[in-house]
Amino acid sequence: MPMSSSQLLSISTFVFALASFFYIAALIFKTPRLTLPARWAVVAAVAITTGGILLRWVESYQMGIGHAPLSNLYESLVFFAWTAGLIYLFVEFKYKNALIGAFVTPIAFLAMAYASMSPNISDHIQPLVPALKSNWLIAHVAACFFGYAAFAVAFGMSIMYLIKARHPDKDKGITGHIPKLDMLDELTHRMVLFGFLFLTVGIITGAVWANSAWGSYWSWDPKETWSLITWFVYATLLHARLMRGWEGKQIAYLSILGFSAVLFTYFGVNLLPGLHSYGKV
Amino acid sequence: MKNANPLWKFFCSVKLTVVLLLSLAFTSIIGTVIPQNESPDAYLHAYGAFRYQLLSTLGILDMYHSWWFQGLLLLLTINIVVCSIERLSGSWKLIFTRDPKVRPERFANRSDARTLTDKRNAEELVKVYEPIVARRYGYCKVTRSSEGAVIYGEKGRLSRLGVYIVHLSVILLLIGGLAGSFFGFEGYVNIAEGEATDTIRIRNTGQIHRLDFQIRCDDFSLTLYETGAPKEYRSALTLLEGGQVVKQKDIIVNDPLRYRGINIFQSSYGKLPPEKMPRTETPALGPAEAYTLNFTSRASGMSYTLTAKVGVPVDIPEGLGKFVLMAFEPDAAFRGMDVGAALKGILTPAAGEPVEVLLPLKFANFDKMRGGDVIVSVANQAQEKFTPQQSTEERYYTGLQVTRDPGVWMVYTGFILMIAGCFVTFYLSHQQVCIVIEQLRKNSRVTFAGTTNRNKLAMKNTVEKIFTAMTES
Ligand code: HEM
Repeated sequence: MPMSSSQLLSISTFVFALASFFYIAALIFKTPRLTLPARWAVVAAVAITTGGILLRWVESYQMGIGHAPLSNLYESLVFFAWTAGLIYLFVEFKYKNALIGAFVTPIAFLAMAYASMSPNISDHIQPLVPALKSNWLIAHVAACFFGYAAFAVAFGMSIMYLIKARHPDKDKGITGHIPKLDMLDELTHRMVLFGFLFLTVGIITGAVWANSAWGSYWSWDPKETWSLITWFVYATLLHARLMRGWEGKQIAYLSILGFSAVLFTYFGVNLLPGLHSYGKV
Repeated sequence: MKNANPLWKFFCSVKLTVVLLLSLAFTSIIGTVIPQNESPDAYLHAYGAFRYQLLSTLGILDMYHSWWFQGLLLLLTINIVVCSIERLSGSWKLIFTRDPKVRPERFANRSDARTLTDKRNAEELVKVYEPIVARRYGYCKVTRSSEGAVIYGEKGRLSRLGVYIVHLSVILLLIGGLAGSFFGFEGYVNIAEGEATDTIRIRNTGQIHRLDFQIRCDDFSLTLYETGAPKEYRSALTLLEGGQVVKQKDIIVNDPLRYRGINIFQSSYGKLPPEKMPRTETPALGPAEAYTLNFTSRASGMSYTLTAKVGVPVDIPEGLGKFVLMAFEPDAAFRGMDVGAALKGILTPAAGEPVEVLLPLKFANFDKMRGGDVIVSVANQAQEKFTPQQSTEERYYTGLQVTRDPGVWMVYTGFILMIAGCFVTFYLSHQQVCIVIEQLRKNSRVTFAGTTNRNKLAMKNTVEKIFTAMTES
């Protein structure tokens, strides 16, 4: 029997777990050798997830309700994990520091695990209700999740920053293996810039979609408002960096605050009333 | 700061920006926790008279339009305008000059400046170095003097405008939004198939608004998926002016009709009330105290018959959860379809969220469609099969949203500028490099440095590469 996309994605959850395990082991036991299998595991996980997403797309057409696999919570979590993995690979390739993976791959793994295992999330392919049939929606969801994934990577680096900042000069133990503070700060900033650009595109495409479906581009529904709150927090971060005296730790705290807002936009808002029902389980 | 006015200074500060942006973020939370623009009854019920009064006075029940929230936006606008004027007037010359002034000492005195000495004289070195700089930098200038020569290169000067574009876009969004709320409207109208109207109702105020054309609904159709979920709502509309057809179009959700600045969107639909539509009567049970229900476990296939009283929870065997019968409805609807008399109940599964369950008396297998772990049905009922696609002739009305927003082009311009501005600001940079050649008696001393306004890490690599090229030539 051919494999279904859900099975493929369950496998990639497992491979993401393997990658996290190798990275964390490499960090804790100070065995840089382990980062090699870890990297290949991430590559494999991203490749398998790519396959899973594409297969799901094909399956939806076979069911006669074809649409891009970005239409419910399960699909968006998978897309998030895929993007986070992809961005991480880019960072590792560009900045040649593997230990960042110990702080990033677990986030991708958790997203996949939550998507596949939570009893509240259905992995069925569902037909699209009329409001969701729009190309703007695909652009909107894809851009938002690119942004969220970049913020997740920035969040991981901010946590590393705060751990490192307690003993910046120690070169033994876990902290000794973490990249230098100014590099982490720079990387966090780059990730936030990338995320901010995509979140901006995401909010804007969302507004254009709302305008084409309901005739108003902004209606202060809770999900919209929370994405704007997130945007304000990261705009604060960008401007705080321009003020004298705000750097390193404060920026790391703001990046953590920003990612909390992302998580609330994503999960918390479903507890509040609103139009964005596709995020609901 | 040339202008010493304390108010000006206050509005110039980025600290104020940080405070304002954080205040906007935190106060915005309130409106997501407290439902906005509900009816006074709903608030009185939820909060009581005193707290309702208090929240209403503070503007929290419509907080995004309250004076203090709008005040924060106004302060942000002034902040952006003042700050941008101040900075742009400072860097205008730097950005728009045709012939940038080069101050070699600014580069030579940098702590990361590289130096080397070379046997060749200044003129020979210029010949070697100039192509290295010119290859990478669009603008390259050589200045010669009695002491030697200076080669200066730069690129991306205009990228400094990126931030101003971003800030301008924020202002456009705010003005566009204001224009929309002052000069636009947002209304709705329900039109029965075959009928036409030119009056709509304005959303929040309920006022009547007359359009200068008529909207006629020629046909409304609803398509469903096999699961019963809606697939498409489609209204065939005709616009009439003085009896003349001026436009015709089928609209569906996400594909509205636009005519003379007014947009018409598919937003809801409904069935005409029974007096307008002859309907075959279905023999229905009347409301009763208790009903006999069947619960079938999907896992075991076992079926259990229990008696349920309205409002009293019953435990479903096999630990499948609880069921509460809520009400009998003589005329129930499922996703807009008439299903006749039905019972409504709430099923709380052992794991997961409670769901509302509809049990039409006509259709015994109806609840199977829901796909839950337990299937509920009413015992001893007629066993008719439920078919989502109804064939009986029915008349619908279409619910249209009718809007006009003269600010929308400004908002969309703002959108484009914001994305473009952010991209330019984040990914392009203004880079400058300078090679200072001092002619000594027997040889030349060369100092080389570069600066950039962002992404210093990448610039370091570029400087390294250029310096390597210089030493190797
Ligand atoms: C929602 C409102 C605002 C947004 C979206 C916004 C956006 C931005 C962005 C994206 C940048 C570039 C950040 C970077 O270089 O990392 C920036 C820079 C800046 N912003 Fe804002 N900004 C806003 C409000 C303001 C306000 C009110 C001020 C008033 C002081 C301000 C002053 C500045 C300054 C001085 C810079 C640095 C310019 C430079 O690098 O030369 N911004 N802004």
